[in-house]
Amino acid sequence: MDFRLSEEQEKFRQEVREFLEDELKQGLWEPSCDAWIMGHDPEFTKRVSKKGWIGLTWPKENGGQERSFADRLILTEEMLRYGAPAACHWFADRQIGGAIVHYGTEEQKRELLPMILRGEAYVGLGMSEPDAGSDLASLKTKAVEDGDYYVIDGQKTWTSGGGHMNWIYLVARTDPDALKHRGISEFFFETSLPGVSVQPIVDITGGEHFNEVFFENVRIPKKCLIGEKNKGFYQVLNQLDYERSGMERLMANYPLFAALIQYTKETKRNGKPLSQDPLIRSQLAQLKIEFEIGRLHMYRVATIMDEGRAPNWESSMSKAYGTAFEQHLASTAIEILGLYGQLSPQSKWVPMKGMAYHSYLSSKGYSLQAGTSEILKNILALRKLELPTQ
Amino acid sequence: MDLALSEEQEMLKTMAHDFLTDKLPKTVVKEIEESEEGYSPELWKEVAGLGWMGLAFPEKYGGSDMSFLDLAILLEEMGRACLPGPYFSTVVLGGLSILDIGSEEQKQEYLPKIANGEAIFTLALTEPSASYDAGGIETKATANKDDYIINGTKLFVPDANVADYMLVVARTEAKSKAEEGITIFIVDAKSPGISHTVLKTIANDKLCEVVFDQLKVPKENILGELNQGWQEVQKIIQRAAVAKCCEMVGCIQQALDMTVDYAKERKQYDRPIGSFQVIQHYCADMATDVDGTRLSTYQAAWMLSEGLPCTQEVAIAKAWAGEACQRVMALAHQIHGAIGVTIDHDLQYYTRRAKAAEVSFGDASFYREIVAQEMGL
Ligand SMILES: Cc1cc2nc3c(=O)[nH]c(=O)nc-3n(C[C@H](O)[C@H](O)[C@H](O)COP(=O)(O)OP(=O)(O)OC[C@H]3O[C@@H](n4cnc5c(N)ncnc54)[C@H](O)[C@@H]3O)c2cc1C
Ligand SMILES: Cc1cc2nc3c(=O)[nH]c(=O)nc-3n(C[C@H](O)[C@H](O)[C@H](O)COP(=O)(O)OP(=O)(O)OC[C@H]3O[C@@H](n4cnc5c(N)ncnc54)[C@H](O)[C@@H]3O)c2cc1C
Repeated sequence: MDFRLSEEQEKFRQEVREFLEDELKQGLWEPSCDAWIMGHDPEFTKRVSKKGWIGLTWPKENGGQERSFADRLILTEEMLRYGAPAACHWFADRQIGGAIVHYGTEEQKRELLPMILRGEAYVGLGMSEPDAGSDLASLKTKAVEDGDYYVIDGQKTWTSGGGHMNWIYLVARTDPDALKHRGISEFFFETSLPGVSVQPIVDITGGEHFNEVFFENVRIPKKCLIGEKNKGFYQVLNQLDYERSGMERLMANYPLFAALIQYTKETKRNGKPLSQDPLIRSQLAQLKIEFEIGRLHMYRVATIMDEGRAPNWESSMSKAYGTAFEQHLASTAIEILGLYGQLSPQSKWVPMKGMAYHSYLSSKGYSLQAGTSEILKNILALRKLELPTQ
Repeated sequence: MDLALSEEQEMLKTMAHDFLTDKLPKTVVKEIEESEEGYSPELWKEVAGLGWMGLAFPEKYGGSDMSFLDLAILLEEMGRACLPGPYFSTVVLGGLSILDIGSEEQKQEYLPKIANGEAIFTLALTEPSASYDAGGIETKATANKDDYIINGTKLFVPDANVADYMLVVARTEAKSKAEEGITIFIVDAKSPGISHTVLKTIANDKLCEVVFDQLKVPKENILGELNQGWQEVQKIIQRAAVAKCCEMVGCIQQALDMTVDYAKERKQYDRPIGSFQVIQHYCADMATDVDGTRLSTYQAAWMLSEGLPCTQEVAIAKAWAGEACQRVMALAHQIHGAIGVTIDHDLQYYTRRAKAAEVSFGDASFYREIVAQEMGL
C-alpha cells in the first residue's frame, strides 16, 4: 500500500499549476464554478491541447500518451481547483475519445481522434429524452437504415453545452422490435448536418446551459455508427462509468470553497474575523473532512481504471458522495454569508462574485446529471452489495 | 387543546387560496417580479378592497378587527401563491409595528392609509453588518432643534423603491450597551436625503440599499420612546420572523403537493416514480418537515396573537422552518429530476423564496442562540 503520488506525478501537478497560474497572471480567464461544463473557451482548449493534455490516457498509436488515469485525475483536479474554462474539450476528452478508442474502427480512429486531440470537437451528449431520463433504455429517437445512411428522427433533451457543440454523441433506437435494451446503437456526427436544430433551455440559474436537440430526417453516413449495431446500450453503460468517475463530481464548485475560506478570514463580525467563530470553524473543517474523503473515493476510482477495469459501483459511490458534498459546500457557503447569500452575481454588494448564489442553484442539478443519486445507489446496492431485487 | 382552524378561518383560507390562485398564475408572478416596481398596483387595490391590508387592525383604524392568527392564514396562502410585492413590508413590518407601539395620533394618521391601500410602508433595519443584533445599528440620528438629522446606510431594506414611508432604526445616543440609545422613526420615504439602489436577489424581490444623507425628520415622528427603541425592534423582528414562517409553510406545502403529484404522474421503467420506495420515503420526509414547520409556526402565531410570551416558541419555529425548507426543497428537486431545474418550471419560485426566507429576520444559528439562552445556558 502506498497513498503517495510518485515524484513524477507531483512534478506533473506542479507543471499543471504553473501553466494555470501563468494563464491567470495573463488575465486570460477568471476562475469560476462549473467552468468544466459551462466555461466554453476555444482558445484555452487549444492551449491545453498544445500541452498534450487532451487524450492523456489514450494509447500512443492513437495519438495519446498512455499516461495513467491517476495522472489524468491530477490534471483535472488542478483544472477544477483553478476553475479553468475547459468545457470545450471536457466531454470529448473524458469519454468520447475513450469510447472511439475502445469501440471505433481503425478508420474512425484515424479520422476522429486527431480532431479531438487538437481540441476541435465540442461534443454534446445526446442521451436523455423527455420520457427517457433514468430509464435511458426507453428512448424513442430512431435511426433507420437507408442505403449508405441512417436517418435520424426524434428529440433529445438536457444536452449540456448544446449551444456550443459541433459534434454530438447520440444514442438512438435501431431495432424497434427488439427488447428495449437490445435495439439501441451509438452514433457520432456533426451537428451542422441538415435537420439538426438546437433550442436552449434556461436553467434555474438563468443560464443557457442545457438544450433541446431536434432531429428531423437527419441523414448520417453509416460510418457514424460507433461500435456494434444494437449493442449501444451496453457500450453506454460502460461510458457512463467513466462519465461518473471524474473529479468534477467533487470539485465542480471548488473555486467557491477557496473563496469562502478567504472570505471568512477577511470578513469581520463583531470585530473578529468570521474564521475565528467556533461555529464557522467547525462548519469549514467539516467541509474539509468531507472533501478529503471524497478525494480518496476519486483516487480509488482512478486506480481501478488503471488496473484496466471500468469503475462501476465505485464511480456510482463516488459520484453520489461527491455531488452531495458539492451541495453541502454550496449551502454552507450561502449560510455563512447570511443575508448577503441572497445577492445575485449582478447585484451591488454581492460577495465572492456571486459564486455562492450561482452554486447554490446550480448544484441542484449535480445529483441528477449523469445518473441520479437514487439510480447510483441502486447500482451500488445491487452490484456491489448483491442485494436482491425482490 | 384544539389545533384546528375555526370555521371562519377555514373560509378565509379557502377564499384567499382561490383568489390568489386565480390572480397569480406563475406567468403573472414572473411579470411582476421583473417589473421595476415589483408589485402590481391593480392587484394591490384589489387586495386592499378585500380588507386584507387592515385585516388585523381594529375597526376604528379602518381594519377588520381580526387577529394575527387570521393574518397568519393569509400569509401562508400568500407564500403558497408566491405573491410578489410590499404586502409583508407594509402590513407586518409597518402597520403592525405602528399598531403595537404608535401613539394614538400616529395610529389615526397611518393605519387607515394602510388599510385602504393608500400607503406602502417598509422597515429600514439591517445595515452592511447584515446582523439582527443591536450592535449592527450604526446609522445615526442627531437632534437638531425640532428635528433629527439621520445619516447612514441601510441594506436589505425590502420594497424601499416603492415605499411611501419607512420605519428607520437609528442610534440617537452613544451608550456603553449596544441595546441602549436606539430609536425608531417614521420617515416620509420621498423626503430629500434618501436614496436607494435596488439589489438583485435570489427571490427576485426588491431588497434595497438605502442611504440617508442629512435626512431631516421631525421629532414627533419618533415611534415609541426615544432611546428605548431596541426592545420594540426585537418585537418587530419576532413578529416578522413568525410571519415569514407562515409564508414558508405555504411555500413548502405547495412544493410538497407539486412533488407528490409529479411522483404520481411521472413514469420511468413503466411505473410511476412514486412507486419506488426511495421516492415514497423522500415524500414522507418532506411531509414530516412540512407538518413540523406548520405546527411550530402556528403555535408561535397563536401565542403572539394571544399576547403570550413566546420567545422560545418563535425561535424554535424560525430555526426549524429555515432548515426544514432547505430539506424539503432539496428533495422536491431530487424527485423532479431535470425538469425541476429549469426556469420555466414552477418549482424554482419556491426554491428561491425558501432560501431568502431562511435568512430573513434571523437564520437558524441566530435562533439556536436564543433557544440556548431560553434554556438557561
Ligand atoms: C444540469 C444537467 C445537465 C444534464 N446534461 C445532460 C447531457 O448533457 N446529456 C444528457 O443526455 N442528459 C443530460 N442530463 C439529463 C440527466 O441525465 C437526467 O436528468 C437524469 O438521467 C434523470 O432523468 P430525469 O431528469 O428525466 O428524471 P427521472 O428519471 O424522471 O427521475 C425522477 C426521480 O425519480 C427517481 N427514479 C427514477 N427511476 C428510479 C428508480 N428505478 N429507483 C429509484 N428512483 C428512481 C430519480 O432518481 C429522480 O429522483 C442533464 C441533467 C441535468 C440536471
Ligand atoms: C424494543 C422493542 C420492543 C418491542 N416490543 C414488542 C411488543 O411489545 N410486541 C410485539 O408484538 N412486538 C414487539 N417488538 C417487535 C417489533 O414490532 C418488531 O421488531 C417490528 O415489527 C419489526 O419486525 P422485525 O424485528 O422482525 O424486523 P423485520 O420486519 O424483519 O424488518 C427488518 C428491516 O426490514 C425493514 N422492512 C421490512 N419490511 C419492509 C418493507 N415492506 N419496506 C421497507 N422496509 C421493510 C424494516 O423496516 C427493518 O429495517 C418490539 C421490538 C423492539 C425492538
